[in-house]
Amino acid sequence: MTCLPAPFPGQKKLGLVIDLDTCVGCHACAVNCKEWNASGHSGPLSDFEAKSDGVWFNRVHTYEAGEGEASRTVHFPRSCLHCEEPACVTVCPTGASYKRAEDGIVLVNADTCIGCKLCSWACPYGAREFDEDDGVMKKCTLCVDKIYNENLPEEDRQPACVATCPASARHFGDLGDPNSKVSKLVAERGGYDLMPEMGYKPVNKYLPPRPKKTGASCGSKASEEFSLIDLAERRAAKDEIAVKTGAEPTLAKADGKGAAFLRWADRVLSR
Amino acid sequence: MHPAFSVILFTTASGAGYGLLLWFALCSLAAPDWIDRPLALTTLLFGLALVSAGLGSSTLHLGRPERAWRALSQWRTSWLSREGVAAIAAYVPAGLLALAWIVWPRPGGVAILPALLMIPAALATTYCTAMIYASLKTVRQWRNRFTVPNYYALGLFTGALLFAAILRLFGRETVAVDIAVLVVGAATLALKLAYWRSIEGRGASTAESATGLGGFGTVRLFEAPHTEENYLMREMGFSIARKHAAKLRRLCLAALFGAPLLLTLIALLAGGWIAGFAAVLAVISAGAGVLVERWLFFAEATHVVTLFYGARAA
Ligand code: SF4
Ligand code: SF4
Repeated sequence: MTCLPAPFPGQKKLGLVIDLDTCVGCHACAVNCKEWNASGHSGPLSDFEAKSDGVWFNRVHTYEAGEGEASRTVHFPRSCLHCEEPACVTVCPTGASYKRAEDGIVLVNADTCIGCKLCSWACPYGAREFDEDDGVMKKCTLCVDKIYNENLPEEDRQPACVATCPASARHFGDLGDPNSKVSKLVAERGGYDLMPEMGYKPVNKYLPPRPKKTGASCGSKASEEFSLIDLAERRAAKDEIAVKTGAEPTLAKADGKGAAFLRWADRVLSR
Repeated sequence: MHPAFSVILFTTASGAGYGLLLWFALCSLAAPDWIDRPLALTTLLFGLALVSAGLGSSTLHLGRPERAWRALSQWRTSWLSREGVAAIAAYVPAGLLALAWIVWPRPGGVAILPALLMIPAALATTYCTAMIYASLKTVRQWRNRFTVPNYYALGLFTGALLFAAILRLFGRETVAVDIAVLVVGAATLALKLAYWRSIEGRGASTAESATGLGGFGTVRLFEAPHTEENYLMREMGFSIARKHAAKLRRLCLAALFGAPLLLTLIALLAGGWIAGFAAVLAVISAGAGVLVERWLFFAEATHVVTLFYGARAA
């Protein structure tokens, strides 16, 4: 049913709190998300061979904000925010897109979706990706098949992205409970909504980067140089191993499947 | 927004079809003497073929066309669902009208009720079609006070051109319909120009509001999450250069308004076979023009998700 569930007191609002201060932009959350969900509730997440592209629930952008010394580079994971008043649900003509009353998770029923794509037009956050192979819409499930899974040990019952994040930049919990850890974190750190002007009332919150420390900077020039040299040395060592083992040295000559990715990696690494 | 041909065909063909059915219903109420069986059946056939082609084309747009019937269930919240329900309901008066004309050479009183019902059915379905777009907060060029009037005006205008041409081909004198075409055409043109003016400028959402990082200053995309285009960029990120848009707008103005209005004027003044020829040309030109108009309606629409991918405003 695409009517939104009527709100009731004490309603659970499961969601994520994403810390933009600690996210290191490693894309582990996106990869582990794909890994779990490819065989999960909305699986498969098709990859389209001809295009080196496929369905992902989680994408990590990197932004630069501000100018000069005051500017910041911010890694920015983006996935479904499980909005409280999402038009992606109400526009759906079939009822395939729905919001669960019991915990607020927004899901797509792949058995009834007709693939009209209207929900993806209605989402401001780009959380929905169409599966061209399956002909239906796919989106983040908040790992609904993991967080309640009694076959898993208690500590593993959290979304794949949260479990894998090496920087602990992602937190999972009930944002409807003001005393939950995540709600307290949001209150403490000034967690905010993306595009509040849309009025979708996203449940997921983002924690802003902390203000820069003033005084002596922590990274001295020498250490920066060292890290670059270190990187160069490591690449050279890799080449050497490649030469010794007779493998194709490094990445530049790649072609065929995955070549675009390798070329990109090479470009980034050679910056 | 990506201008999918199936959706362009759906909205333009069904708009013209409902316009034609509406004019036919109006005419059969106001001037039943003009209409005889061949004219009535031809008009109804054309109208039904257009709306059916539209519906068929919108179904082809689906990832799972075989499940299309499910779309009729969520009319409480979804304009797309309402559109489906209204479109199917509109077959009832249109079908009854056709049946009346098949059974009786002059159905007279029998055709009055279905003709009366045809008018709200056509208006309601066109309204739902327009609201599919006008209800989306994420695309400011669609959530716009001119979207619904534009869909109405274009449906009525293209429907009137078709009706005028059919009347001519059946040798009717159509001064009243020609004048209606000219008046509706001028109003449609005014609305289209007003729409284009209204979509200038920027929306409220920015890269700063999308990321919440505006406190640091302007926000720029430093690195995209993926190297290849994904679904979002193909579907929502389609954008057309201002230069091309301006050219296509001129083409649209000439083909959808300039030529058809001029040809209608010629038909009105010349009469005879020239009038019939001019009326058919007007339909062909407007048909091409409205496809360009609808293509632009998509291509000029910007979606807020592009803000995450480096757009400054949407
Ligand atoms: S982020 Fe998008 S897909 Fe998720 S609930 Fe909100 S509107 Fe719907
Ligand atoms: S694509 Fe599927 S889930 Fe989305 S609006 Fe259409 S039917 Fe509903």
